Amino acid sequence: MTIAGGSLDQTPAFVRRELVAERPAPVPTTGALAWIRWRLLSSPTSILLTIVSALLLWYTLAPAVKFLLIDAVWQGNDRDACLADNVGRTVGACWPFVRAKLQQFMYGFYPQNQLWRVNLVFLLAIMLLIPLLIPRIPGKTLNACLFFLALPVVAFFLLYGGGIKGFGISWLVDLLEALCASVAEAGRRLRVTGGGIGWPGISQLLALLGLAIAGIGEGLLLLLTPLTWLRETLALSTHPVWYDLALTAGVICALVFGLSRSLRATAACLAVFAGIAGVIAALGLQRGGLPIVGTREWGGMLVTLVVSVTGIVASMPIGMALALGRRSQFPLIRAFSIIFIEFWRGVPLITVLFFATYMLPLFMPQGFGIDGMMRVLVGVALFSGAYNAEVIRGGLAAVPRGQGEAANALGLSYWKTTGLIVMPQALRHVIPGLVNSFIALFKDTTLVQIVAIFDLLGQLRASFADPNWATPSTLFTGFAFAGIIYFAFCFAMSRYSLFVEGRLNAHRRS
Amino acid sequence: MTVEQRKPPRNLNLRLRRALGGRAGWGGFVAQLAFVAFLAWLGYEIYSNAQANLQSQRIATGFGFMQNTAGFAVSQALIPYQESDSYTRVFVVGLLNTLLVSVIGIIFATVLGFIVGLGRLSPNWLMSRLAGGYVELIRNLPLLFQILFWYLAVLATLPAPRQSVSLFGMFFLNNRGVIVPKPIGEAGFEPFLFALLTAILGSIALGVVARRRLFATGQRLKVWPFVLGMLFGLPLVSVLIFGKPVSFEMPVLRGFNFASGSRLIPEFVALLIALSTYTAAFIAEIVRAGVLSVHKGQMEAGASLGLSRGAALRLIVVPQALRVILPPLTNQYLNLTKNSSLAVAIGYPDLVSVFAGTTLSQTGQAIEIIAITMGVYLLISLVTSAIMNFYNWRISRSLAR
Repeated sequence: MTIAGGSLDQTPAFVRRELVAERPAPVPTTGALAWIRWRLLSSPTSILLTIVSALLLWYTLAPAVKFLLIDAVWQGNDRDACLADNVGRTVGACWPFVRAKLQQFMYGFYPQNQLWRVNLVFLLAIMLLIPLLIPRIPGKTLNACLFFLALPVVAFFLLYGGGIKGFGISWLVDLLEALCASVAEAGRRLRVTGGGIGWPGISQLLALLGLAIAGIGEGLLLLLTPLTWLRETLALSTHPVWYDLALTAGVICALVFGLSRSLRATAACLAVFAGIAGVIAALGLQRGGLPIVGTREWGGMLVTLVVSVTGIVASMPIGMALALGRRSQFPLIRAFSIIFIEFWRGVPLITVLFFATYMLPLFMPQGFGIDGMMRVLVGVALFSGAYNAEVIRGGLAAVPRGQGEAANALGLSYWKTTGLIVMPQALRHVIPGLVNSFIALFKDTTLVQIVAIFDLLGQLRASFADPNWATPSTLFTGFAFAGIIYFAFCFAMSRYSLFVEGRLNAHRRS
Repeated sequence: MTVEQRKPPRNLNLRLRRALGGRAGWGGFVAQLAFVAFLAWLGYEIYSNAQANLQSQRIATGFGFMQNTAGFAVSQALIPYQESDSYTRVFVVGLLNTLLVSVIGIIFATVLGFIVGLGRLSPNWLMSRLAGGYVELIRNLPLLFQILFWYLAVLATLPAPRQSVSLFGMFFLNNRGVIVPKPIGEAGFEPFLFALLTAILGSIALGVVARRRLFATGQRLKVWPFVLGMLFGLPLVSVLIFGKPVSFEMPVLRGFNFASGSRLIPEFVALLIALSTYTAAFIAEIVRAGVLSVHKGQMEAGASLGLSRGAALRLIVVPQALRVILPPLTNQYLNLTKNSSLAVAIGYPDLVSVFAGTTLSQTGQAIEIIAITMGVYLLISLVTSAIMNFYNWRISRSLAR
């Protein structure tokens, strides 16, 4: 009651009598100045780091910009335009060099009047690729089939040229005949070598086994006679390719209808064959197709893209098969997959390319020439197949066990479980990983120049030898150009991979 | 009352089926048999084709060529080598060159990678952006592009020896490579090495004793003064008694070239720079991911236990981050070793260049030479992954306890 009733000078000592002085405003935490103080100058160490970084940046970025843009020469026809004596100032990048060599960098020595073929392939690839990359556009299955199956075949006939003499039936008969002949031949050789071994018992056994194998091979060849007759008849007819195509289409569509009893599948099958017929007619494949351009004349960006895209397309089935094989329940298949994967992953790509270039031709039957580019493609496909197998295996492991078990409970077979339930989910998980492995492959295609195939970097290196453009800045200009292209491709792909990863993990975002 | 466990019924058929065909039974057995038959057929085809091709091309087979005279010079050899030596010696020279560039590259890449990785985590905006820019730039350019850039564009355009770029008057850069002071072993070299080795072993022993003591009694022994004393004192004593271990022969320009000092060939320098900067970018990402993988609650928990910031970092954060970092780091080391085979593009005499390159083109024995080369790299990979698996096994064992 003393406080309430008392006067002012009776106020107790603990009550304040005057206002407290204003405190200074807190250090601002928003705004540009605050940001600079907080992110650049927060402590002595930070100040030091800022100074060091700024100096580093200045000494790398400033000369680069000066070289590429400010001091650059933009017009000219030969080296005289890029010599400091002629220009009268320090000369940076010599862009006329790139303009003069651009066709070489893009296509190598592909014939001038055939360049439309390469451009058409690039255009088709871009038209198929863009809708494939945008998640919102529907029809991904069809799109992927066109890109991964149809495009490589069309691109082959467009880029390389040449035609076909038969179709499915003829090829099948050729293959079966070669297989049976090989089995019979192996049996005959086994019989000879078995007879040559001195040990009694074993040698008789081997000879008998060889005789049996040879007999099986010859028997199968006999069984094939109706088919070989069919092939000969087709080959002698007026339009071998068209008749063969029609026959193949009829047989396969009938099989599809017989097995699935679904009109939809049969219609799809017919549509595929109609598409094939369209391609054959458009490119005139039955008449020998486009003139052949040997792979020796390919080069530049064309080779870079062909090797990397073929590598990734061919390595997908290899990778899937090996990934499934590594999880297989059969010990032998599992062991084989593990050995195969670890072997290719354990050796450098260069030795793989050496293997493909020098060793692979020795493994082929005599007289079976294998193109230099083809050898490299085989090596690259095996190599990246092993890497992709590990990526896909990661995806398979990420699919919950319950998915496969539920499919089993529904009575689906192994292949249906894998193809319809497990693999689609696994592939969705590993799209970022696959894009990353594609980036690695894209960068690794530069190695093909070591086995004398001239990709972009190889062409670049070759173009440095041109005396018409020998200036002090040619080297740096060339490297800057190639570097910008490689960086643009790889950076775009890595951003795309991050984008897909973000989409896949949308539910985990906080 | 204990119920005796019943044994499963012995069904020989069932066991056989299981052993031969896995879960798929006899069908699986048949599938595997078909697979093996296919592989056997493939192997036979390859073998017979190779034999026929080799015979028709008159290429010798077997490893006898390894004793033949090589007859070509090698620009860098760690062991004495001359043209009259055998291909076996060429192989050893190449392998040593591969290992040399790999080991030095690994050291540089690790140091640079940790600096860049930690720089990316720095709260300083400019620093983290700079490190991020480095990583993006380097990772998105092909390694061969970078090797050729350093070799053709940077090192080859350096001035001639007379106008060498001098660094501190000790290192000289010119278009023939890098001239560095040449170390020459003196009388005190062996005692110095011995003293250093003793000091290192002693320090490790002290550390182990201190650790045992800590675990047994909880008492923390202060060993670092002794360790430091040993590491610096013992070599110092050896220098005082036996004289200095090495002296450096400084490069001196005489005429048109450097007379003394030792020269690192430009191929080696270009390869080393490209390999270490390239791998460093990948290591930086690994380091960053490793440090970020340690939950920040760990650090806070350490602080609430009364550990200082340094102690919390050393005892709590670093061990956990290292466990995440080490396996991919080893992978990068392996990648660097494999990538050193790109040396063939610029003519650094590594294993692929002198053995799978020159020797292959001289002898034509592709199968043997490529098999040996692949085998060497495979061996390196397998040994490394075996060590890594052992490490992981130890980690998982210590975590399970």
